[in-house]
Amino acid sequence: MSTPSPAPEPATLRPARLRAPSTIMVTVASTVAAVTLALVLAGILLAVTGKNPIDAYAKMLDAGLEKNKLLEMVQRATPLMIAAVAVAIGFKMNLFNIGVEGQFLMGMFCAAVAGTYVRMPPVLHVTFCLVVAMTAGAAWAGIAAVLKVKKGVNEVIATIMLNAIALSVIDWLFQERFRYETPGNLDVKTKPLPTSAWMPDLVENRLNSFVFVALAVVALFWLVVYKSRFGFRLRASGANAVAARTAGISSNRMIITAMLMSGAVAGLAGMPSLLGNTHAYGPTRPDGYGFNGIAVALLGRNHPFGIIVSALLFGFLDSVAGPLQIAKIPQSIVLVIKAIILITVVVVNEVVARRVAKRTADRTAAQLAMPMAVAA
Amino acid sequence: MSAPTSVEAMPAEADRRSGLSVFSNATSRTRALLIAGVLFMLLSLTRVITDGGDLTSSQTASTTLLVTIPILLAGLAGLWAERVGIVNIGIEGMMIFGTWFGGWGAWKFGPWVGLLLGILAGSVGGLIHAVAVVKFNVNHVISGVAINLFAFGAMRYMSELVYTSDIQGAGISQSPQQKYPIPRVNLPFLAGGTIGDWKSPDVLGWLERRGWFLLGDLAGITRGLVSNMSWAALIALALVPISAWVLWRTRFGLRLRSSGESPSAAESLGVRVTPLRYVAMAISGGFAGFGGAFLAIVSSSYYRQGQTANRGFIGLATTIFGNWRPSGVLGGAALFGFAEALQLVGPSSLPKLFLFFSFVCGLLVLRSIVRSRLIPAINGVIAGGLFFLVYFQVSKIPEPLTKSAPYLLTLIVLATASQRLRPPAHAGLPYRSGEGH
Repeated sequence: MSTPSPAPEPATLRPARLRAPSTIMVTVASTVAAVTLALVLAGILLAVTGKNPIDAYAKMLDAGLEKNKLLEMVQRATPLMIAAVAVAIGFKMNLFNIGVEGQFLMGMFCAAVAGTYVRMPPVLHVTFCLVVAMTAGAAWAGIAAVLKVKKGVNEVIATIMLNAIALSVIDWLFQERFRYETPGNLDVKTKPLPTSAWMPDLVENRLNSFVFVALAVVALFWLVVYKSRFGFRLRASGANAVAARTAGISSNRMIITAMLMSGAVAGLAGMPSLLGNTHAYGPTRPDGYGFNGIAVALLGRNHPFGIIVSALLFGFLDSVAGPLQIAKIPQSIVLVIKAIILITVVVVNEVVARRVAKRTADRTAAQLAMPMAVAA
Repeated sequence: MSAPTSVEAMPAEADRRSGLSVFSNATSRTRALLIAGVLFMLLSLTRVITDGGDLTSSQTASTTLLVTIPILLAGLAGLWAERVGIVNIGIEGMMIFGTWFGGWGAWKFGPWVGLLLGILAGSVGGLIHAVAVVKFNVNHVISGVAINLFAFGAMRYMSELVYTSDIQGAGISQSPQQKYPIPRVNLPFLAGGTIGDWKSPDVLGWLERRGWFLLGDLAGITRGLVSNMSWAALIALALVPISAWVLWRTRFGLRLRSSGESPSAAESLGVRVTPLRYVAMAISGGFAGFGGAFLAIVSSSYYRQGQTANRGFIGLATTIFGNWRPSGVLGGAALFGFAEALQLVGPSSLPKLFLFFSFVCGLLVLRSIVRSRLIPAINGVIAGGLFFLVYFQVSKIPEPLTKSAPYLLTLIVLATASQRLRPPAHAGLPYRSGEGH
């Protein structure tokens, strides 16, 4: 589909509309169309509820393009990139890891606890925390993988259940064992991490250096999944498990590997907040990375570049919520926009995919019919 | 949970033998009743031995009912959706619609209007899901996730618009207090209800206070279920047999289920799958919306953000746990509700359940020995022993762990009894009308 077939027939016999547009163009155009459609729909909601959509969008652009807000956009995009990569790894193996939410909380909590028990030099300590988080996330995802491979339990159901169980287990461990009360401070958290485990800010209170880790994760995802032999096997197994099995690729092994990788990456999603900002785990933990990560991965078509751009878009929307509030426009409209984007992008993808498939079929049919037409 | 029978293996076959529904299958119904009776006896025994009055008190029973209803409705929402072939991850979101519109309607126009608005709002959510998955063939899980995100965002947006600071008691995450609730009923004679102005005796209450083995427990539970019961709860409970009847006893239900088993086969026989799926999703969303509105109107008297507290997902678990049957869903919801209620009413009674579990294990061991099966017997002895030990060691179960019980149990059932589960064959798979012939 990606490469237009060479035309053996005289060009005059071939109508122009049958020429296939390049896949990248179609992808970009349909994604832009989906986002535009989402903005229009959210605009209608704004208008119906008595707010001026033009004003709202102007305010968003106005506020969002300030330097500080642009830094905040990148900052907010950081965990989303990581979560989206975690989801995308699953999608590439035809697995739906809806459990990124639980996996990142597990990773975050375990790193927050384990990080306080060791004394290490700065870089090593950060690495230690990252490894703990990845291991915890992978282990939590691994439960779903084992259940799927050994017992045939659907990974969607298993990870939904594991999300809720993760929350309960963390709440319990936190309340019973790892609360750390500092006198005069009502904000109860775990014991704070020593400074050796902190990730420094690039711009004070605006942008943390963890964004480099996130970009490295995306780059690694590209290398491993798109460029390596292993990645090829993974994608092959995801695209057609039966065909891949005939080629000697065990789909069970691929399910386990993909799920563990996905969980390991998911474990990192809470780290920007933990190592860069709060330095301790508390009940006011971040949430929604898992589900927003699904939206970002789908909007970015599971492609590394697409994921970065989509995460930045979501980061942008999050960053302008505050200014909207000041301008007397309900800030929750950004949540609505993000949700509508998720719906429109999958709908537009479906519609476009169907049209492309139909065109390909028409073109093939036309090409097949042509020699016969000439013979007649 | 319903007792699975061999009939489940082939749905078409089972339909001919008119045995799919638990409500009509006499052998499985007697068996289920028998099992329930034995379990109840063991529970009563545990209560007497441990002096754990809360286990079967009328207060526990009425609280169980109150927390069971939203889970039950969410479970039925999952049941209706999956039976027509659509996986509904968006129950949580549809419940959020229900809580908001239920809370708002009840505050503005009174509880019954609120309930109706909540149901309608949930239906709209179900229809959005249906449009996405039926018309545009979007992946069911993705659409469900999108609806959850959308419902949360949109309802928060509505709160920001409507519940401005000049309304007394309102805020961005909370509606004002409703003026009056849905009326409640006490049955006369049984639970001391009134007939006209005359207050009838409270027979069950008297029996419960005696605390006799079996009789006291039965009185406590029954009294809890018939006293101070909201009409909304009664309606919700009635929806269980109604769902079973509609889905397994009517032409509409047969068509609906056939569209969840094999839509192309159904369509080839003239069933109009697409409209059916819209109708079923409107019903599914309506159930979820009812569950949400119940939370906002009956369980409390105002809307609060996050009121659903993942009950939509518990409902999904209940659908699975209940083996995609109305009676199973009711059983699962009651079980999960019981755990939650006990945590609320008498947390100290929770560990006593471990003794109950070890009794159950003991009974299973006896059964294995009678059938001369060694390995299950040994496993049962080990499990029972462990439960017995836990009972002596544990004095309280932390609340977070009780909360995870529904999910954990569902995972265990999925992992250990998946051969006995029979989901609709085509649930969650893509289908386009006219294709696949």
